[in-house]
Amino acid sequence: MPVTLRLPTVLARNAGGQTVHEAKGTTVGDVVADVAARFPELGPRLRDAKGDPYPYVIFYLNDEDIRFQEGFATRVADGAEIVVVPAIAGG
Amino acid sequence: MPSPSAAARLAPPAPAGVPAPALAPLVCRRCGARFDPGPVAICAECIGPLEPAYDPARRLPTRAEIEARPRSIWRYRELLPILGDPVVSLDTGFTPLVDAPALARALGVRRALVKNDAVSHPTLSFKDRVVAVALNAARSLGLETVGCASTGNLANAVAAQAARAGLGAWIFVPEDLELGKIVGTAIYGPRLVRVKGTYDDVNRLCAQVADRFGWGLVNLNLRSYYGEGSKTMAFEIAEQLGWRFPDAVIAPMAGGSLVTKLDKGFHELAAAGLAEGASPRIYGAQAAGCAPIVDLVSRGGEAITPVVPRTIARSIAIGNPADGAHAAAAIRGSGGDAQAVTDEELVEGIALLAATTGVFTETAGGVTVAAARRLARAGKLRPSDELVLCITGNGLKTVEAVTPALAAAPVIAPKLREVAALVGSA
Repeated sequence: MPVTLRLPTVLARNAGGQTVHEAKGTTVGDVVADVAARFPELGPRLRDAKGDPYPYVIFYLNDEDIRFQEGFATRVADGAEIVVVPAIAGG
Repeated sequence: MPSPSAAARLAPPAPAGVPAPALAPLVCRRCGARFDPGPVAICAECIGPLEPAYDPARRLPTRAEIEARPRSIWRYRELLPILGDPVVSLDTGFTPLVDAPALARALGVRRALVKNDAVSHPTLSFKDRVVAVALNAARSLGLETVGCASTGNLANAVAAQAARAGLGAWIFVPEDLELGKIVGTAIYGPRLVRVKGTYDDVNRLCAQVADRFGWGLVNLNLRSYYGEGSKTMAFEIAEQLGWRFPDAVIAPMAGGSLVTKLDKGFHELAAAGLAEGASPRIYGAQAAGCAPIVDLVSRGGEAITPVVPRTIARSIAIGNPADGAHAAAAIRGSGGDAQAVTDEELVEGIALLAATTGVFTETAGGVTVAAARRLARAGKLRPSDELVLCITGNGLKTVEAVTPALAAAPVIAPKLREVAALVGSA
């Protein structure tokens, strides 16, 4: 069963007009790389030149912030959902 | 004839049919890309934050022109992203700047003043300012439903101002908020939703909600406009001091926006030639149980390390502050600093402010006062300083925090001898 990656609407135009993508991978980083390989314009908006997540783009694996886990090395199970949320709001 | 302030207080919301104002376009703070006005806070090019792009050629008001206007945030309207006359929330702002000599003595600074947003209109917190701007943006964009992710004060402000403006409101809060903040939201009749989890969980959910339902969530997709409202606290401080800056300003930090916008506001006033002197040093305060911005200021670097909040200061319990890096940069750039305090200290801070100024603040204000005391004792606030403490919320909303620390009042029979006994034992 693939993993689901949900993008914010603002990134859809860099991902074939879609916000929901099915992807493969055993870690969050793998999943991001899989989708980025299909949409080259998307990759630089999700991770830096070293392949690390930006501090202002937050990834949630099954509603849990991956920064409290192992970042892009956090392992994902089949059927998992990764949500990408720009860092906004407060108070 | 009513005074300008009385006229503002009496001003009703604009009747239906009054054209909504235009909005400033947006520009990415990171890459400089420009966008038309809209309910969007994130750059489509680089995921950076968007902020209003002001026309540098616009005519700015003189001091005299500002002083002749009603006493609300809209007296500074050329420095806000609503182009033209606002149509809702016309009477928010211009809270008192209270001289506090006893607090100055307690802290060991030359002069202390309290910027008292504990009496902000209509919901007793500085969030009234940002919501007033956001709801005018919502009107301009033709949005019929607004909302927010909130730790309480913002929920109160959105619910009240949306009700008055005739807008629908969906408000999301952590389920364990203080009773005063729940009641102070629900009474206005919004769709209030309590979410199992921390504010950061609520925030993540609302980012998805904003994306899905097309509502104007004031601190998410309307954030570019909303945040500018915080600058009015800086504008008012300078005007109330006679168009000059204090030496230092201290404010609580949650998402980090207020500190960032205070700094921006002071610099905008200076650039406009409206206030004199060097911009103040900015100090930020957090509870030790949720101090990711203090941590960033202390250790340096550019990225926040998120935390899981553990503090009674729920109104500022944001473990993943979106503007944390900007706040840290503003603090460092101003020559200021950041300070965390324990929950015990923040309760003492609430009591100290009440005893020395007659102002009853909520937990965030207690954090601010306690942090000022620590900074003064460490010599980071100087004996020669004129210090403004930004008190951003009202203590009646968080009575749970201070009730255990208060002595029980004696209960007596209605007899003079019982009063005499109390006087004798005092």
